[in-house]
Amino acid sequence: MSATNNTAQARKLVEQLRIEAGIERIKVSKASSELMSYCEQHARSDPLLVGVPASENPFKDKKPCVIL
Amino acid sequence: MCDQTFLVNVFGSCDKCFKQRALRTVFKKSQQLSYCSVCAEIMATDGLHENETLASLKSEAESLKGKLEEERAKLHDVELHQVAERVEALGQFVMKTRRTLKGHGNKVLCMDWCKDKRRIVSSSQDGKVIVWDSFTTNKEHAVTMPCTWVMACAYAPSGCAIACGGLDNKCSVYPLTFDKNENMAAKKKSVAMHTNYLSACSFTNSDMQILTASGDGTCALWDVESGQLLQSFHGHGADVLCLDLAPSETGNTFVSGGCDKKAMVWDMRSGQCVQAFETHESDINSVRYYPSGDAFASGSDDATCRLYDLRADREVAIYSKESIIFGASSVDFSLSGRLLFAGYNDYTINVWDVLKGSRVSILFGHENRVSTLRVSPDGTAFCSGSWDHTLRVWA
Repeated sequence: MSATNNTAQARKLVEQLRIEAGIERIKVSKASSELMSYCEQHARSDPLLVGVPASENPFKDKKPCVIL
Repeated sequence: MCDQTFLVNVFGSCDKCFKQRALRTVFKKSQQLSYCSVCAEIMATDGLHENETLASLKSEAESLKGKLEEERAKLHDVELHQVAERVEALGQFVMKTRRTLKGHGNKVLCMDWCKDKRRIVSSSQDGKVIVWDSFTTNKEHAVTMPCTWVMACAYAPSGCAIACGGLDNKCSVYPLTFDKNENMAAKKKSVAMHTNYLSACSFTNSDMQILTASGDGTCALWDVESGQLLQSFHGHGADVLCLDLAPSETGNTFVSGGCDKKAMVWDMRSGQCVQAFETHESDINSVRYYPSGDAFASGSDDATCRLYDLRADREVAIYSKESIIFGASSVDFSLSGRLLFAGYNDYTINVWDVLKGSRVSILFGHENRVSTLRVSPDGTAFCSGSWDHTLRVWA
């Protein structure tokens, strides 16, 4: 019984590897430049990257109010 | 460890020959069936040619693995940080703790943000799950779980419920109510049932489905209302520690990481693993998709974080330093994907430049391991939870 289990497992592994080997891939240079362009496109709207003034960030302390 | 040692003798009608026999569970094209031992053996040898012995299958597996490596290497024409040389370097970052959430009686194990960008749910070793208003640091809800080590918690997209679980092997959903007279625990709904601890959970795009990861080596998709198992994901060789859903624009996939050092990408509809990556040298504690959905980062006990590009089908960056020797427990990207925040077991948070591969900042503050870290939905801050019983919001 364990022999067939091992065979069944090995078969599953081979089928899984066939699927993985068959997928389409692109070059790292192309993938990298697309990651980079995504960063550049969204950099301006990334508060942690560019920093937002204290008045717009609810977590940053605002200047204390002065009651006149 | 894969918890597959349960052997329960279930008697019933075999799904293939319909005879009354002792049944075992088999998976045929990801569908779970109950076969008697005779039909199970027939199925295992089904389609096997005379020459397809165990040995020949193993050697085919090896040659396929070799072919995979070859195909991946062919496209490895350049490194990410080389392509990123033309990008401007980042300036100095000043990030400080803006809020400290105190109230847990023991190690904070997990946290999640609400879509309203201000509420946070966190869970702890002492069995408590707390919902906080991060602006005011007030606790809005608290529930005590029937188990300790609540390792996973998640906020529902609507903001009206939370899910959590841990050593109880379950994932339970609690609707959030503002009625002071109602006991939150009374409306608890048990959704997921695993055969080992729950390590991670996440709602999908709606309140109706939950994805879970477990120490039993599997991930599973559940319908919240009925508690029904919709799909299960088998393939990890050991405990699954983390998962992350692809950003909604990119479709129905998710990535999981486990103690088998593998990160696996799954198709949610078919239950099939579509890509697997095995370059880490130890347990993968955290995985997080890059905001575009084309890549994901992982944090591991091998003290490195790595970036894997899904379309190039390979690791494209390693974030490590000789001076960093403690494991990374949790990672998350800033909104643009340029920064990677990683919490480590040496109590620090390192901020990495994703493209250039260099560290831009190191944040001190926690007095014990950082166990969980998430950037807020609008990217204005990130929250870290630690074994020092506190959570900190940084901006």
